[in-house]
Amino acid sequence: MSQAKNVKLKIKRQESAEGPARYDHFEVQWLPQMNVISALMEVRKNPVTSDTKEKVAPVNWESNCLEEVCGACTMLINGRVRQACTALIDQVAPGGEEITLEPMSKFPLVRDLVVDRSRMFNDLKTVKAWVQLDGTHELGAGPRQSPENQEEAYPLARCMTCGSCLEACPQVNDSSNFIGPSAISQVRLFNLHPSGKMHAKERLEAIMGEDGVAGCGKAQNCVEVCPKDIPLVDSITQVSRQATKHMLFGWLFS
Amino acid sequence: MAAKTAIRSESGKVRRVIVVGGGLGGLMTAIKLCEAGVPVDLFSLVPVKRSHSVCAQGGINASVNTKGEGDSPRIHLEETAYGGDFLANQPPIKGMTDAAPGIVYMLDRMGVPFNRTPEGLLDFRRFGGTLFHRTAFAGATTGQQLLYALDEQVRRYETVEVEDENGMAIPGEKMVRKFEFWDMLSLVQDGQGVCRGIVAQDLKSMQIEAFPGDAVCLATGGPGIIFGKSTNSVINTGTAASAAYQQGACYANGEFIQVHPTAIPAADKLRLISESARGEGGRVWVPKNPKESRRGREVPESERDYFLERRYPGYGNLVPRDIASRELFVTCFHEGRGVYNTRTAKNESEVYLDLTHIPKPTLKRKLAGILEIYEKFVGEDPYDNPMRVFPAVHYSMGGLWVDFERSADGGLVHGSPRNQATNIPGLYAAGEVEYQYHGANRLGANSLLSCIWGGMAAGPAIASYRNNMGSSAYDAGSNLFDGAKKREQAKYEAILKMDGPENPFQLHAELGQMMLIDVTIERHNDRLDQVLAKIEEIDARSRKVSVLDTSSRMNQSAQFVRHLQNMIVLARVIAQGARNRDESRGAHFKPAFKERDDANWQRSTLAMHREGTNGHGQVNYVRELAYNLNGTQVNVSDAVDVGLVKPRPRKYETAGAASATAADDKAKASPSTTSV
Repeated sequence: MSQAKNVKLKIKRQESAEGPARYDHFEVQWLPQMNVISALMEVRKNPVTSDTKEKVAPVNWESNCLEEVCGACTMLINGRVRQACTALIDQVAPGGEEITLEPMSKFPLVRDLVVDRSRMFNDLKTVKAWVQLDGTHELGAGPRQSPENQEEAYPLARCMTCGSCLEACPQVNDSSNFIGPSAISQVRLFNLHPSGKMHAKERLEAIMGEDGVAGCGKAQNCVEVCPKDIPLVDSITQVSRQATKHMLFGWLFS
Repeated sequence: MAAKTAIRSESGKVRRVIVVGGGLGGLMTAIKLCEAGVPVDLFSLVPVKRSHSVCAQGGINASVNTKGEGDSPRIHLEETAYGGDFLANQPPIKGMTDAAPGIVYMLDRMGVPFNRTPEGLLDFRRFGGTLFHRTAFAGATTGQQLLYALDEQVRRYETVEVEDENGMAIPGEKMVRKFEFWDMLSLVQDGQGVCRGIVAQDLKSMQIEAFPGDAVCLATGGPGIIFGKSTNSVINTGTAASAAYQQGACYANGEFIQVHPTAIPAADKLRLISESARGEGGRVWVPKNPKESRRGREVPESERDYFLERRYPGYGNLVPRDIASRELFVTCFHEGRGVYNTRTAKNESEVYLDLTHIPKPTLKRKLAGILEIYEKFVGEDPYDNPMRVFPAVHYSMGGLWVDFERSADGGLVHGSPRNQATNIPGLYAAGEVEYQYHGANRLGANSLLSCIWGGMAAGPAIASYRNNMGSSAYDAGSNLFDGAKKREQAKYEAILKMDGPENPFQLHAELGQMMLIDVTIERHNDRLDQVLAKIEEIDARSRKVSVLDTSSRMNQSAQFVRHLQNMIVLARVIAQGARNRDESRGAHFKPAFKERDDANWQRSTLAMHREGTNGHGQVNYVRELAYNLNGTQVNVSDAVDVGLVKPRPRKYETAGAASATAADDKAKASPSTTSV
């Protein structure tokens, strides 16, 4: 129990999307409360591979808050998409198994475990994921809202734009432009808000069609992998219904 | 030579202002600039939605007084000044506390899902250093929700076109341009020392570029990573503030580092368990029997020592953080009464933070975010058994010195170009990176407020500075920018060639460990002397590191070497400031000098950088500062403006002590009202 344990890592290395990929193996000393991030931090203090004893460049990865609220450290851990900060070593590899780390596959690779998720932030522009404010000057209290409304909105508002749902979605691939669950869920969020819903139409128009709600194949992988348990399938269903209604009857009200 | 128009330079370029940092302070500054019609270039180490503001949990203070308690911005001001042990200038605090209710309303209008009362109003809870319910909250992820709201507003400005003086859209120019994954390397200063832009590096391609800006606002957060492990995000190295300091910006009150009493230890970081846990009724205790072997929940009430409630009956578990952290430290280290671990047969450095007496649905509704963190990272159920916590470095009260202009009534002159201005003309600062609002100790839930308020003050101040500036940075000539770029390229090339025996990450761990042990809760001059000597040694060794990676693409090692160099510079400012200040005030506590010494130390520490003969930095402490703002000379001293709340000894043993003057004033103003 108290003897020194080691943590074994197998990490996919790639200088760039075009460059050749390889796997490096590392071993670092186990520490209490250790997660994948702390294992990576130990590796860079002595970046030598465990099998070939070769000195290599430290692994590049993205991380920031380390408490699963920023979404930065999303990667594939043993093939499953998740945040590296909440991936505790004792849970991922209880028997000291080798842990495989790879970058997400649905986004352009930058280097090693780092990918470029800028499309997700652009998608938030497409769906106008904001409340259109008159200004930040004092205009008195905001609209009253029931606790129930807050309790529906809050879980949706916790989306970190981490990309897990896009990674897991079979409809997000090289031959489709499906916007994916997270942006659609933001449409639901802003269409719920008392002033946000004044621009519901524009958001719905942005997600109609094949690249929008119609692109969902109902595989339901998104809810499985969402680290914040956001009801993404519910969101897609609701927004889809709103969009259909708008498409069929929208002209009546315009 | 004045610029052609308010929008275009002589050469026809769109005149932008640079904001560095995309947390609450930077985003609010950007929004205020856009509203004033000033286009912005926004630089950030990470996509702004991932900034450190996401980590704030408990809430944001505003004296909206919806609970019928008689709270007011005046009381908020007094409790903030008192909580900060009278080291903060009071006019800026007044500006902030007066604006706070409007800020919370604004955030609500933006769609922040604040918790609600049954009537549909904003709900408020208690926080440290006050008896009032003053803290608005969105579950226990308030910082994340506030950041997202501002991020959304800035994203909208990314789609809004810049208009020329005739209201015509300028093709291809948006109000906000984002530069995410960019690291600020240095300021660009002209011959007069005026800040004309920045040099920054693209962290994906490692390209270095110089950018003109009519003014620059740093909103780059605190330097917590200097202490190795803390509650801070990994980007909080203070690198940009350190760069500005080395180019002549004054750094103030660096020695005031807040240690938060309740965090959970781990190998990579110390995760915060928000003060809101205590605001909602959480209680801190240790077993009376130091060798207690039962689980926390099995220890009967009569055998528990609720030591904060016992020592501070007035404020109990909600004493300010400096006091709570010291009490935890004393209990665990000096008295050896930390929670007993039967496996290791020793008293761990941990106390219980107990929520198990509160109904689970209430906890879920108000605190789920932090309890989820505890469950995920510790693997225990905090609804069932008390959490085990210990203090961790959390926040820097000190930071870049910034100015303010005092109004006749002791408040702020709104829109003055002096507000949030550093002593480098054209350089502004907002948020944790500056020192203005919290004095010697920050009250909980005042940081989200000060970040947003800082941005609200900085935006108009910069717009005013820009309107009156002589010539635009865009007309400063390409030589200035080419020179600055070449200088930074040469520095980076030198880092890539470093091939010494030291590992930069290992060296950082050493620096952090030392700072954590000797420059946090208790400070001793002999130990601080050793720290200062060791900093010189680490500085020397940092010049002999190996860069580990020579890749020309994303190179995090080379970037870290630069951040390490900048951290060492600020570590010296923090430790030297602590060594000099022979008194105890707020978070700065010296057992050899237990009392606050207003006669000698009721003043800001003002640190200026100086290059030493050995190539190491030296800290030069000054009592006065002078700078020139668009032709007007401004002279300031280190005296603290305490014109609104007269300093008095800080005591939290008695309820209401922190708000005594405001209560007195109120009684005098309406003598006929009987208080109940």
